[in-house]
Order: sequence, then C-alpha cells, then structure tokens
Amino acid sequence: MHRLRVPLMVLILIAFALVPVYCWWVDSVYPLTLFGRILVFALAALGLNLALGFGGMVSLGHAMYIGFGAYAVGIGSALGLESGALQILLAMLITALIAAPLGWIALRTQGIAFIMITLAFAQLFYYVFISLRMFGGDDGMTIQKLSAWGALTGNKVAIYLSLVAALVLAIWGISRTVQSRFGLVLRATMVSERRVNAVGTPSLPYRLAAYVISAELCAVAGYFLANLTSFVSPAYMAWTLSGELIVMALLGGSATVFGPVVGALALLLLEEGLKAFTDRWALILGPIIVLIVVFLRQGIWGLLSDPSEKPPGGSGGAHG
Amino acid sequence: MSLFIAQLLNGLQFGILLFLLAAGLTLVFGIMSFINLAHGVLYMLGAYFAAAAFALTQSFLLGVIVATVGVFLVAAAADRLGLSVLHRRDHLDQVLATFGIVIFCNELVRWIWGNAPVFMDTPAALSDSLDIFGFIYPAYRLVILAAGLVVAVGLYWLIERTRIGMLIRAGASNRVMVSALGVNIGWLNVFIFALGGGLAGLAGALIGPITSVQPGMGDGVLILTLVVIVIGGIGSIRGAFLGALIVGLVDTLGRIYLPMLLRNIADPSVANAVGPALASIGVYLLMAVVLAFKPDGLFPVRRRQG
Amino acid sequence: MGVQSIQKLIEKDKVDLITGVTFSNVMMAVAKPLADANMIFIGSNAGPGPLAGPQCNQNFFFTSWQNDAQSEVMGKFAADRGYKRVYVMAPNYQAGKDFVSGFKRFYPTPLVGEVYTQLNQPDYSAEIAQMMAAKPDALYVFYPGGMGVAFVRQMRQAGALGKVPLLSTSTTDGSTLPALKETALGVLSGTFWGPDFPNPVSQKFVADFRAKYKRIPSQYAAQAYDAALLLDSALKKTGGKVDDKAALRAALRQADFKSLRGNFKFSANGFPVQDMHVFEVAKDSTGEVSLKTIATPLKAHADAYVSQCPLK
Repeated sequence: MHRLRVPLMVLILIAFALVPVYCWWVDSVYPLTLFGRILVFALAALGLNLALGFGGMVSLGHAMYIGFGAYAVGIGSALGLESGALQILLAMLITALIAAPLGWIALRTQGIAFIMITLAFAQLFYYVFISLRMFGGDDGMTIQKLSAWGALTGNKVAIYLSLVAALVLAIWGISRTVQSRFGLVLRATMVSERRVNAVGTPSLPYRLAAYVISAELCAVAGYFLANLTSFVSPAYMAWTLSGELIVMALLGGSATVFGPVVGALALLLLEEGLKAFTDRWALILGPIIVLIVVFLRQGIWGLLSDPSEKPPGGSGGAHG
Repeated sequence: MSLFIAQLLNGLQFGILLFLLAAGLTLVFGIMSFINLAHGVLYMLGAYFAAAAFALTQSFLLGVIVATVGVFLVAAAADRLGLSVLHRRDHLDQVLATFGIVIFCNELVRWIWGNAPVFMDTPAALSDSLDIFGFIYPAYRLVILAAGLVVAVGLYWLIERTRIGMLIRAGASNRVMVSALGVNIGWLNVFIFALGGGLAGLAGALIGPITSVQPGMGDGVLILTLVVIVIGGIGSIRGAFLGALIVGLVDTLGRIYLPMLLRNIADPSVANAVGPALASIGVYLLMAVVLAFKPDGLFPVRRRQG
Repeated sequence: MGVQSIQKLIEKDKVDLITGVTFSNVMMAVAKPLADANMIFIGSNAGPGPLAGPQCNQNFFFTSWQNDAQSEVMGKFAADRGYKRVYVMAPNYQAGKDFVSGFKRFYPTPLVGEVYTQLNQPDYSAEIAQMMAAKPDALYVFYPGGMGVAFVRQMRQAGALGKVPLLSTSTTDGSTLPALKETALGVLSGTFWGPDFPNPVSQKFVADFRAKYKRIPSQYAAQAYDAALLLDSALKKTGGKVDDKAALRAALRQADFKSLRGNFKFSANGFPVQDMHVFEVAKDSTGEVSLKTIATPLKAHADAYVSQCPLK
C-alpha cells in the first residue's frame, strides 16, 4: 500500500499546479482563491508538523507566526517597504528573533504546561496587534499594494504558482530533514528525552531548532496569505486557528511528511462542502473531528503508510 | 486608599469566581489527567438550563439546582456513551476531541436557543447592594463568594477526608490495583467526570445572571480557567484556589492601576492605547514567568509515577 | 471568513449585487475585493470611517449609518444637557475607540475619565467602582451584544444605574433588550430609528414584524428593511435590469423611496444624511420593554468623513 505513496503525492502536487489551467477552462477565479487558501494552510500545517508530529511538541500558538508573515507584508507595504523579497526576509528574521527565545522558555516545560505556554504567547501577541491602532488594530488592514516582484506584482496566478513551488520545496526539505541525523535525534526525543540526554546528545538544541524551523514555514505561509487576500488582521493569529492547524496535521497523518497537506486539503474541502449544504455545518464537523481522533488516529495519509511509523502519543505516552 | 481596598476586594471576588469555574476542571484534569476543553461548554449548558428553568418557574434556586443536576447527568451520560475512550489517550487526543465537541455544542446551543443573549436575572432579594464600610457592594457577589468558599471546602473535604476521595486518589495513582481490589473503577471515573460537570453547571447558573448567557460564552472563560490551573499547579484543589485568587488579583489590579500608572509617565493617548493592552496580557505574562521558573505550577501535587 | 464568503459570491456565484456586513472589521476586509470587482454593494450595518472618507467608492451605498453618528448624537445630547463631568468606557478595540472619538467630537468638555476594558471581559465590578469614585454626572459607554448585557446588569447590581445617568450606543437595542428586560429601564441610547416613530411606513413595519416574530423589531431589522426598500425602488427605475451598472448606480443614488426613518438622502460618499435621535428604555403602551424617543439632537446630519472622500 505504501508503495503508492510517492506517485500519489506527485499526482496531488501536479493537480495543485494545474488549478490555474482549470480556472481558465471554467472562466472563474474562484478555484484559485480556494486552493490558494488550502495551500497556505497546507504549508503552515506542514511546518507545524515538524514540531508536532516529529518532535512531539504540541504548540497551540503557531498561528502567531502566520500572523507575523502576513503583517510583514501589511506593515511593510504601509511603510513603503514594498519589495516582496525583502518582506519575506523581514518576516523570517522577525520570526527567528521571536521564536528562538519563546521556544527556549516553552521547552523548559512539558505536556500541558507546554501547550498552555505556547497558547499564552500567542494570546499575548494577538492582544498586542489588536491594540496597534495605526495598523488597523482588530479591524485589520487592507493591503493596497501587494508585494512587489517587478512585472509580476499582484498577479494572482504568479502568486499561486510560487506558493506551489514553496510547498514542494518545503516537502522536500522536511523529508530530507526527518531522515537525516538531525531528524533521527528529534524523533528520538519524542520517545524519551531522558534517554537521548543519557547517551550524551543534548536534546534542547535539536528541539529548539525544529521549533524555529516550523515557525519559519508558518511565517512564509502568512506572507502568501496576505498576498492572496490583500488583507491582514489579528484574526490570523487567533488560537482557534492554531487548533485548526493541529486538526489538519492529525487528520492527514502526523507521523508522515505529506500528511498535513492532505489534512489541510481534506478539512478545508470538507468545510467548503458542508457550508454549501447547511449553515449548521459545525454540527457535522465537530463529531467528524471526534470520530477521527478516536478511530482514525493515524490520519488519512497515515492509512497508506508503513505500519512501523506511529503517530506521537496515541495511548499513554508521556515524554519523560 | 479606601478605593484600593475596594479594588482588592473586587480582585479577590473575581478570583473566587474563577475558582468556581476552575474547580471542576482541576478535579477532572488533576485527578483523572483528562484535559476537557468541553468544560466551557458544560458551563454554558449550566447557564442555559438555569435560564430555561427560571423562565418556566421564576425560581432562581430551582434554576441553580436544575443546572447543577442537569449538567451532572449530561456529563455522566456523555462519559458512559463513549467519552471514556479518551481517558486512556494522551493529552493531544483529548484536546482535539474535546475541541470537536466544543464546536458541535456551541452550534447546537445556537440552533436551539438562537444567537442572541438569553434572559436571566438575579433573584429580586439579592439584586440590591449592601453598604460595607462605606462601599456599595452588590449582594449577589457575596453569594458567589460564599458559593466559591463552600465548593472549595467541600471539595477539599471530599478528596482528602472521605472514603470516596481516597478511592479517587488511589484510582488516579494506579487503576489496575484499585480494580483488582474489587472497586468498580469505571463507575468511579464516571462519577468524577460527572462531578466536574456538575460543578461547571453550578458555576454557569451562578455566573450567568451577572454576565451574558449566549452561545460561545464558555470559550473565553475556558482559557482563563486553564491559565489559573496551570499557574496554581495541576492536580491540587489548593493550587487551583490560590492560583485563582492570584490571577483574580493580578488581572483586576492590573486593569485598573496599569493604565493609571502609565498616565503618570506618558502621554494620555499613549496610556489609553497601551494601558489596556498591557493589562490584557498581564495574566499571560504572569503565567509565562511562573512556568519559566516553576514548570509544574506554584503549588503542584507531587506527581506519582505510573 | 467574511472575505471567503464575499470572494465566493463574486467569483463563483457571480452575483450582481451584494448587501449586508454586520461587523466593521469584516467590512474593511471585504472592501477591497468588492472594489476590485466593481461590485455594487448596499451596506445595511457596519459603516466604518475609512469607507466614508478616503476609501469611499461610487458603488457602495449604506442604508444604516456611518459608525460615528450613533456616538456623535450622544455627545451632542450630553453637551445639550449641560453635563460637566462625563466619564467614558468602551472595549479596547477599533470600534470602541471609534465610538469614543465620535462622542468626543460633539462633546468638547474634557472627560473626567476614559477607560478601555478588555474585549469580552466578564467582570466590570472594578471599573464600575473606579467610575463611581470619580463621581461623574453622566457615563457614556459603548458595549455591544453580550458585553452590553453583562455591563448593564453589573451596573444595576452595583446600585450605579439609578445614581449615574447612563448614555450609550448599541448597548440597549433590539438585540440586547430581550435579555435585559426591566434591568435596562432608564438607559439612554442614540441611533437613527426607534419603534415608536409615527410615520406610516414605520408603523406598518413594526406591526407586521410583531405579528410575525412576536417581538419588537430592532434597528438592525429596520436598516435591512430600508436596504430592501431602496433596492426595490432602484430596480423599479431600471425596469428590473441589473446589467447596466451605471444606470443601477444612478437609480440607487436617487433613493426615491419612503424610508422607515422619514426622509432619506445620500451624501456624495454613499452614506445617509439623516436625523439622529436619543431613546430611553421604557415600557410601551403594551407593557413591553421598548425604546421611547426623547430628543433629536442632530438633524439632517452628514457624516464627519465626507470631506475626505474624493467623490463629488
């Protein structure tokens, strides 16, 4: 079954790349908007899963980094810094400067305390951005001039295709990372941090690095989100969004690299379909989430994987 | 100076309110190690049950009783009907599954009762204020204070001094052994979970009349409640109580005095903008600081292995 | 979420015209996609300042109000009543700050206190105590929805409601009164319409609404009703055709319909020029808790941002 994985993944990625063609065929921009959003969250969930699925770090605060990426575009654009390349660099720099100390503090704790502290920091920045009246506060800010990339500025198809490229790059990168020595140590810390330290490898630098890298991917996702919606607001940093990212990672399969992408696709398409059906879609989505957690713990993509790959947690599983 | 004392009282009273909310959650979380994000939803159900009973009978007391017992039964049923599967899963699973329950229940409530706030009032006898040392203090707040203290003492006595409490603590330590000794651990867990639910329902019934009874009312307080428990220390009623008081005081005094302090050192427009924001994040900063130094909280129960 | 719905309507369903939007932050988010799509839009609630000023658009028509007007009228009322010590409270977010500045625009005396509370804060007892200690002659607040219900209840329980006149915006309206009932008696608020208006269109609207929904309509229902009346009048003029956007726009701009609020006229920026009134929560002739008109401090009032709008 798992030999189908790589071809299936390639097929899905090609399908993503072909969406602009589909749009031309049905003469509607809407699929681009919809799939653009799906890919943004796929990238963010992919990033989160490096920390969550492979490092065992349950962060309820990753949406905050999406916000940083989006605000880099918004605030940059408002202050005259319009170059797309500079905005991405700025977003990544700020994210690194904040994720490193935050991650260091949070990693001193475990279990529920870790979850709560990541939540707390996200709430902190959420309130800070709400009070920034000059950048729209909680009303958010319309971005009049999108990231400048010469002739391609504001071209939705170009933005979309570069997002696909970014996603492919991220998948490749994370896949290599997970299989490298770094990834091995990281996954070992998920099983037992104490043993990793006992054999002489300090666990903290590895976990912190994974945390920061996952934050950077979220920031890049945020950059694309701002460009796709021409808008940024503190709502992009709400803790409920972080919760949704975790659902996506789990739904797809948190023990796999590609799982979160599938999870994002499945969850957002499900929401889209349910919303068309009824206003009361939460009545259906809620139980679906519960059922997945209880019965399909390895996720949709996880069904296709190697039985030796187990998702973090499951039964018992405190990381000591 | 006397205003300061009044604010101190307000802070303590807010803390007790938070404790009422946290008591049920800490019981379930501390003793069963079950993170129940749906605790906020149980609180909301309590408020709605009380409002419905009040609308029918005009009796506040009946409303409170209906809410407490009603939510107790709902929690017991939910546990028996399947939620118990989650007891043995890890925290992440519990967070996600109960998250799903939260969005389902919020929508359900919206469907049944509508989106707008529902009417609920304090009983006429308690709607006035009393004059205490020259301060006007709402009588109803004293009721909440009393309720919080009764719950605190009651829970402490239950857990530390009764046989059931002993069984609960033993079950949390070592399920299998307790089961082997002939105790029905399954029903015991259902009882604890239902008790946690009942406490949430009680909180909803008591607090509903002073705030707004509407869908999603549990979500905001849930975060604050989690913060209280994490600061106080997971697993101890004493931790939850003291944690709640500290959070109540810090939040209240922060909200009032931080903007005031800022106005003295900075421009009023800056103070007006930054002050409330700082006050909002005050509690989160407190939690981050506490966790950085004492990752298990201020008054943790000594964790047993196993 | 709002942006997604609007994008779906524009791109997938390819609608001709959109109405609605409750919240200002959503309104701001969807303004650009609407403008980019050259979509005709009839706003029936949120009317944020930037859309009345620099970001005004010939395609946007609002049948509700410009956000600040509802607080401006209370400011004027406070000035007219001669209050000297006014204390102001609002939640710490964009709308809260906008409403306070609207109030201050028409109430020039310096405030005795200006306090911003946390969004959806559950407990106001500390702030109420602080306010009482400042001994103001009047308190102005903006607390919409659940916050309004909580705040008014806590004011009543603290014994403050009888002592300090409470002026408000969006705090005691059709959406919160059913939850507050008698608790809110005596509270004053400001907006463009009340259920006791004598004109025949309004009277019929109130009677029909009560018959069908068994409650008094809120101003939000009135705004939406007027949006429908406006659209109807415009479509009558274009003969039901929506393809010619310019013609539809011109027909909308004429606003040739009998509004619930009496006269209706658009400013150059698509916002209404209208009277703003002050209401008191009181029992009406049937004994139900409702709103009673007590003053009209602002007549034929245009919004404060129209001069910043490039349209003429």
